[in-house]
Amino acid sequence: MATTLFISLLAMGGLGIFFATFLAVASKKLKVEENPIVEKILNELPQTNCGACGYAGCLALAEKMAGSEVAVDTCIAGGQEVADKIAELLGVESNKMGRMVAVVLCNGGDIEAVKNAVYRGEKTCAAANLTNGEKACIYSCIGYDDCVTACQFDAITMNNNGLPVVFYDACIGCGACARACPRDIIEMHPEDHKLFVYCRNKDKGAVARKICKVACIACGLCVKDCEIEGGIELKANLATVNYEICPQDEKPTGRCPTKCILFGKEEENTKSAVMEALMKKAG
Amino acid sequence: MKVFMIFISAAIVNNFVLTYFLGICPFLGVSKRFDTAINMGMATTFVMTLTAAITWLINNYILIPFDVTFLEYVTFIIAISSLVQFVEMFIRKNSPPLYRSLGIFLPLITTNCAILGLALFAVLREYSFIESIFFGVGAGAGFTLALVIMSGIREELEFADVPKSLQGAPMTLLVAGMLALAFMGFAGLLSV
Repeated sequence: MATTLFISLLAMGGLGIFFATFLAVASKKLKVEENPIVEKILNELPQTNCGACGYAGCLALAEKMAGSEVAVDTCIAGGQEVADKIAELLGVESNKMGRMVAVVLCNGGDIEAVKNAVYRGEKTCAAANLTNGEKACIYSCIGYDDCVTACQFDAITMNNNGLPVVFYDACIGCGACARACPRDIIEMHPEDHKLFVYCRNKDKGAVARKICKVACIACGLCVKDCEIEGGIELKANLATVNYEICPQDEKPTGRCPTKCILFGKEEENTKSAVMEALMKKAG
Repeated sequence: MKVFMIFISAAIVNNFVLTYFLGICPFLGVSKRFDTAINMGMATTFVMTLTAAITWLINNYILIPFDVTFLEYVTFIIAISSLVQFVEMFIRKNSPPLYRSLGIFLPLITTNCAILGLALFAVLREYSFIESIFFGVGAGAGFTLALVIMSGIREELEFADVPKSLQGAPMTLLVAGMLALAFMGFAGLLSV
């Protein structure tokens, strides 16, 4: 009995010491030099791996930042706060960065847009876009929720009209929804853009008017109403705001016959306001 | 010839995942995407082969001569976890891209019961050193095979119209069950 105990203790202890030494030697021999600052930066980053920075994930970005290969404000999801902290870690100055917000440039929901087909395939926009979709307008929002699925920050939802709504206060501007949209209806805009043409239809006015109540029919009234010439232009049957010179006020919106150019609508879509409206309609 | 039989038996007929139901956790967890499945399979095969060799040495040169075979479990677990640690360090030093693509799954191999199962089976069946190694390679190949088949099916399932109540885990478990049934077709092919 005593010998068994002794032998097992010896065997276990011996094996333990053997493997411990083996691992200790291996860890010395196979030591990988790592920059300790990488981990510190990684701790500051949101670690959602949203990919808005364009790198494979937060770790990849932290490595690039530690090597000073990219600016400290590259993390869009983290925003100013994270940029400041990382700048402090690296001992550099951070610039003020403007917030980007996703804007859904289509107002033709189930009510406004004419449907001329029934789609029974895979219920994603990417798949439905291979056909012309249900709506007659081939520039319109398809209305499945690829953009909602793409958002990691719960900042976008589908409303009762089959259109996505971006929560203005919750959007961190990563651009995942814009990349997910197969028809490029979602665009990323700086916070100070307030005037938008909520239509992407490039058909001639008569056609556009027939297939959607809120399409841009390229009548040119907003172009005339804009205070600065060239502030709004007609490009391919579509009014286009020239953000660099357009003063961006309510004036051009007044005479729009289909009310597709709107001013300051995005700010109203706060998370609480949108959810409340959804609840009200549902209830 | 016997080593070949052992290899086929471990890989297909007595597949660790689909016949013995060992290593179900990584089988369900890492089979979402084809490339991670194949990497996980490779890493596990590597660890299995080394484990088969080392545990054979421990068993035949320490446990049996000193008559302390009841220490099997503890010593094998020590050996496996040390090996996984070593493999992790080795891969990290020599192939950082592979290290990054395996991520958390590499240390998780430690807790893969298929590997402990392999070591215990090898002892139970009294394999020789060479046979043990072939058993390890075969078991690894079988594990990889199961993972790859599963990941292929699950990638296709992404596009299938699965009833809402079966989406996610239930569907995966159903598919795993059907795969296991399919592998029963190999039963009786060999008797090793």
